[in-house]
Amino acid sequence: MTINPKAVLAAAVLLLAGTLTTPGRAMDQLDAPETVTIDALADLYKPVEFSHKRHAQLARCKDCHHHTTGQQDMDPNCVRCHAQSPETGRVSCQDCHIKKQFYPEQVIAGNNPNIYHIDKPGLKGAYHLNCVPCHIKKNAPSECDSCHALTDKGRDFFHVGGEKNGKAGPAKGKDEHAR
Amino acid sequence: MNKLINRRGFLQGSLVASAAATVSLAKKSEAATFEGYPNAMGVLVDLSRCVGCRSCEAACNKEQNLPAPAKPFNDFSVFDEMQHGQKRRTDETRYTIVNRYDIPGREHPLFRKIQCNHCQEPACLTSCFVNAYTKTPEGAVIYDPDVCVGCRTCMVACPFYIPTFRYSSAFHPRIMKCVFCYDTRLTKGLPPACVESCPQEALTFGRRSDLLDMGKQRIRENPGAYVDHIYGEHEAGGTAWMYISPAPFEQAGFDVTVPKEPILNYVKDFLSIVPMVLTIWPALFAGFHLLATRKDKMEQQKKNENEGEV
Repeated sequence: MTINPKAVLAAAVLLLAGTLTTPGRAMDQLDAPETVTIDALADLYKPVEFSHKRHAQLARCKDCHHHTTGQQDMDPNCVRCHAQSPETGRVSCQDCHIKKQFYPEQVIAGNNPNIYHIDKPGLKGAYHLNCVPCHIKKNAPSECDSCHALTDKGRDFFHVGGEKNGKAGPAKGKDEHAR
Repeated sequence: MNKLINRRGFLQGSLVASAAATVSLAKKSEAATFEGYPNAMGVLVDLSRCVGCRSCEAACNKEQNLPAPAKPFNDFSVFDEMQHGQKRRTDETRYTIVNRYDIPGREHPLFRKIQCNHCQEPACLTSCFVNAYTKTPEGAVIYDPDVCVGCRTCMVACPFYIPTFRYSSAFHPRIMKCVFCYDTRLTKGLPPACVESCPQEALTFGRRSDLLDMGKQRIRENPGAYVDHIYGEHEAGGTAWMYISPAPFEQAGFDVTVPKEPILNYVKDFLSIVPMVLTIWPALFAGFHLLATRKDKMEQQKKNENEGEV
């Protein structure tokens, strides 16, 4: 029996990835990637090139990642269940917040009386509920198309005619509209 | 001469009969309080999350194949539109709309999505005499254009002013209103198109009973962030679509005078008497009439007899 060197490499990478996200080994902003392409939901809007580095300088890790950057959470309410749970090792939003929100699986899961998080947002909700309030608070751009440009499908969806540069049509009144 | 029933006996008998009929029918209507279908679905709208992006309007337009809008769905000047001194409302081209409310003392305006609230005991359904409306076990209030005669009583009955009439089409007039994406989504267990499109998850889809828990949890865990009330928990007898709000509901354009019991309850007692009126009253009053005119008839008969003798 021969050992495939590729398999060894893959195992090593997996192992390394595992140690990175194990609770107890806290991550800091140096561990973070420079940019993250958020394309899991891209459909009506183009993928977002998210400058993680820039945002890491403006906010603390836990402002966006809750307790899931490897640190033990300190909130007594969370610790009751999550003192040793694997969820604390998760970093990616998608690992907890699902894409297909409100589908029958989640409705059925609502029957479980032991679930505390009966109100966990889906992936789209998690992104926007995290980003938008902070953008508004810090006077950062908060229009839809200031973060992601419409795709052609999106332009049809919103019935936007005219110019085709991906920028939404008459997006005036930025401030008066914001929230 | 055959024996005539005397007046007193007839009146007593008829009064007892009509009283008995009224009581028995009234009892029946009282017992028929409807708590809603147990697994009915609903939507919880959180006004504190809505940013007025109008994605839900666009999604509804596409899902329901409604006509193209006058302005694109990302044109926010529509929030300033006023018609007859009122903000935008649902009409034959749009089953749902979002309006902006600038509330004094609040830093940011509130946005409120309006659509059919899908009442537990809908007034539109009760008012419809051809049964064009159905409240389905899934929670939707749907409409059958094939039996509708276009009387528009439902438009008057609805406490939320939701059903609208397609005046533009002379040959295919029909009521236009949100149907909870019943055919295309709800029957398959999927959330309505507007809910799925909402980026802020201001709309939460689930079993109505779960949504009530969720709404109460949000209010409880964020002290001061919400008014302690779920609009639609009891309004109009309970609705499938419910709202929580950071500001008093009347400031966000809600009608807070909508009664807490089904509109049906106001007419239930009256409606229960209708069959009695239709069946007993004709006989009763025909009897009164016959009694009242008996004397004249007898006199007429006597006169005729006398004339015959002469």
